[in-house]
Parts: sequence; C-alpha cells; structure tokens
Amino acid sequence: MIRLIDVHKEYDNGTKALKGINLRIEDGEFVFLVGPSGSGKSTIIKLLTGEITASQGRVIVNGYNLNNIRRWQIPHMRRTLGIIFQDFRLIEKKTVQGNLEFAMRTVGASGREMRKRIPYVLDLVGLDDKADAYPNEMSGGEQQRVAIARALVNNPRMIIADEPTGNLDPKRSLEIMTLLERINAMGTTMLVVTHERDLVNRFSKRVVAIKDGELIRDGQGGYYRA
Amino acid sequence: MRRFNLGYFIREGFSSIFSHGLMSFAAVCMIVACLIIMGSFSLLAVNVDEMLSQLEEENEFLAFIDEDYTDDQIRALMEQVRQIDNVDPNGVTFVSREQAKRDYLKGHEAEGLYVNMPDEVLRDRLSIHVKDLERFNETVEAVCDLPGVVNHRAAGEVAEGFVAVRNAVTALAYILIGILAAVSLFIISNTTRLAAFARREEIAIMKMCGATDSFVRWPFIVEGLILGVMGALVAFFLQWAVYAAVSKALMDGGAVSFFSLLDFSHMWKRVMGVFLLSGSIIGALGSSFAIRKFLQV
Repeated sequence: MIRLIDVHKEYDNGTKALKGINLRIEDGEFVFLVGPSGSGKSTIIKLLTGEITASQGRVIVNGYNLNNIRRWQIPHMRRTLGIIFQDFRLIEKKTVQGNLEFAMRTVGASGREMRKRIPYVLDLVGLDDKADAYPNEMSGGEQQRVAIARALVNNPRMIIADEPTGNLDPKRSLEIMTLLERINAMGTTMLVVTHERDLVNRFSKRVVAIKDGELIRDGQGGYYRA
Repeated sequence: MRRFNLGYFIREGFSSIFSHGLMSFAAVCMIVACLIIMGSFSLLAVNVDEMLSQLEEENEFLAFIDEDYTDDQIRALMEQVRQIDNVDPNGVTFVSREQAKRDYLKGHEAEGLYVNMPDEVLRDRLSIHVKDLERFNETVEAVCDLPGVVNHRAAGEVAEGFVAVRNAVTALAYILIGILAAVSLFIISNTTRLAAFARREEIAIMKMCGATDSFVRWPFIVEGLILGVMGALVAFFLQWAVYAAVSKALMDGGAVSFFSLLDFSHMWKRVMGVFLLSGSIIGALGSSFAIRKFLQV
C-alpha cells in the first residue's frame, strides 16, 4: 500500500518537483502513473524507493513511514518492492540465472531457496529456456523480461516499473505490459510509470496523471490527457 | 553474517582482485614498499634501543666519599643513595681506596711508575648504576647533594648523546610509520574506489533489491584484507632478505664490534605479526573509507 499525503519536494537547486501530491494505492491495484517529461514522475519513484525524502508531507510505503525511517530499515522496506527500469540494468557479465541469484543473494536467500524460486519465476516470464544466456545475447523484450523476473524473484508486495517499455517496439511493449497485468492478477500491486498514451489506452486501469508537480487526474479508464 | 554469505564475500573479494589485476598489483606493491620502509625503521629503532639498553646496563658513575667518614657513616650513605629514585638499589657498590688502586694498576701494568703509588692518593668511592639513562644527570645531582659525597665522575654528555640518538630514531620511526600508513591507506582506498566505481551499477542494483550496507561493503573489505595480507607476506620475506643483507654488509665491513644487529630469527614472529596486522588494518580500513560514497543510494 502506498500513501502520499500533501507531499512536496523541492531540490537543493530550488526546483519544486512536487507540489502537494495526495495519492493512495491499495494492495493489489494496477496503476499507471503518467505525465510528460519533467512532470515529477521520477521524483515520486525516488521518494517511494527511499532514494530521496520529501520536503513536506508524508510518504508511507507498505507500512513503512519514509519520513522517519531509520537508515537500517530502508533495505527492509525495499525488499517489499520490485523495481523495473527502462534500461533494464542487468549485469552483463552474469547469465540470466546469475542475475536472479545476485538479486536473491542480496537479501540473504539460501541456495535451496534459489534453486526453488528461480525456475518458477523464469517460467512465469516465459524465459525458462534462457537461464544460461547472457543479457547481450537477448533481445530488448527478453532483457526486460529478465528485469521483471529479477523484480519478482524476491516475492515483493509491489512492483514499481519506471518506463518499462521505453526501449521496446510496440509489439514487445504490449507483451511486457500484458505480462505485468498477469503478475498483478496474481496479487502483486503494480505501479507503472509511462508516457505511452496508446499503451495506457489499451488497458482499462486506474490512471494517475501529474503535470508540473501537481496531480491533475486520478481515475479509472484507459485514456489520459496530460 | 550467514555462513553462505561468508563464502560469497570471499569469492567476490578474490574475483574483484583479479578483475582489476593491475590496480591490485599496484596496491600490493605500495603496501610492500610502505611496510618495508616502516619495517626497516622499526627494526633500526629496535636495534638502537637494544644497543642502548646494553649500554644502560653498564652505565654507572662514581661518587667520591669524604675521607673523614667512618665505616658506619659510609654504610648509612650507601643506604641513602639506594633510596634515590632511578638508582638501582642492587647497583650501589662500595669501592675502597685500596681496591680502586688495584683496579687502576690493572689498566696500567706496563707503567711501573705507579707501582709505589700510596693508597692515600685515591679516595673511597661508591659505584652507582642508574636505571633510566634519560635521567642520568638529575640522578648524579641528587647523589652529589648528599652530605659525605665530595666529588663525582660521570660521563653525562655520553649518556645524553645516547638518549638523544634513541629519541630521534624512535621519533623518526613513529613519524615514518604514520606517514607511510596514511600513504598505504590512500592507495588501498583508491584501488577499492576504482573497483567500486567499476561496479557502481551492481551496487545500485543490490541496494535497490534491498541489500544492506554491510552486505555491499563486506566483499570490498575482504578484497582490501586480501591485498593487505598479500602485501604483508611479500614485504616480510623481502624485509628478511634486506635485513640479512645489511647484517652481512656490517659484518664484512668490520663494523660488527661497534654495531651488531639482532638476529632476525629471534624477531621473525613479531615482525610477521606486526606486518600482517598492519597490512590487514590498512587494507580493511582503506576499503571501508572508499566504499562509503557508493553506499549512498
């Protein structure tokens, strides 16, 4: 569950990135966060992942109040999240299996847990035959599937996808979004940041639109005008 | 720390060393150089200290006793001398004028001139050992202030010279150790920083996946430790070789009668211990400093 209550963010250089955002996302929801470049989408993501703190207002993520979270608690908060980036951010020198093991090892998973969980997740994203492949041997769509598998492998309560289809062609983008929808149907909360209107319009989901740091629309429906 | 993590940290530490082979080699070389210079000065300080300790053991001065003093008064005087701070209580010896004459003649056997010298020419005296050479002059003064002591003979300048040399060598050794430790820390720190920079993307991913700071930090600390220990071992054997070569050169040069070095085989455990400890601390601390910046994700 995410709650943003009257959140303001002003950077050190004086830029006011967010101006009084109020947002509530319940467990199990699928939400598109849309808006043009510079609207404040990335700032919201950074606030939710604990990279930055709000200048004013309250930010609550999966039960953690990020306004007064201790530094040692941040890793535990992040373990409730799976994060997907536009540029995949895979480790090139590791295989698909290695990338997933890497993510699981960081949270202290045992070898037995890895052997059990990784094949399941690879099967879920349709890459069960690619465990030994290296990222640079794969297409963009496949790499993003690996990134999704990595986000899923630690069984997070919520996935935050930051422009997950930004580097993909329309067909692959649709495949990825369909995959995210399927994962959401299995109970994982999904927050997808995008500015691809056509893609948002194809899915009948809740759309939160922001512009110039302000929330301008929050409603159900497959369209937006940011 | 979980057991399976320990294996992972060690594997990652070794892997990182070989993936930045040249920088790791440079770091080991710097640690070796710094430890050898540190070690050489420390060994010099140890040898000078040892030599001065030997000199201190032999160090004594003479206090001449009033000719009118009776045996009882001399015994009382000796007791007073023993009470003085820095006087070795077991090192106060009475030397009668007859004994003094015999001792004197031993050194001048060839000179028949002194054979008929009357006993009265020399005075009864106390031979007094000091404990701390650094306080030699103040001890001499304290003895001379006692009633019954009419004169003294002491090589205060020599004592001061020895103390000055020892203090200078020790101070130099400490200063060099400090400077070289800082240089080693800097080099190790930079090596780790380069390694961390090359892996900054991995670190960011780890942090986003929920890795704790210590989980990210440990492989780098292990890397620093391994580099430090490797450097310490290489430095130890080189130090041994250098020390042996210097000892041999001193003996071949005929300087052995004046300045003989302690045998390395008696010190090797201590030297290795200090090298390993220094290398490990420098390696681990340098890595810890370097990685801090990359944890701010």
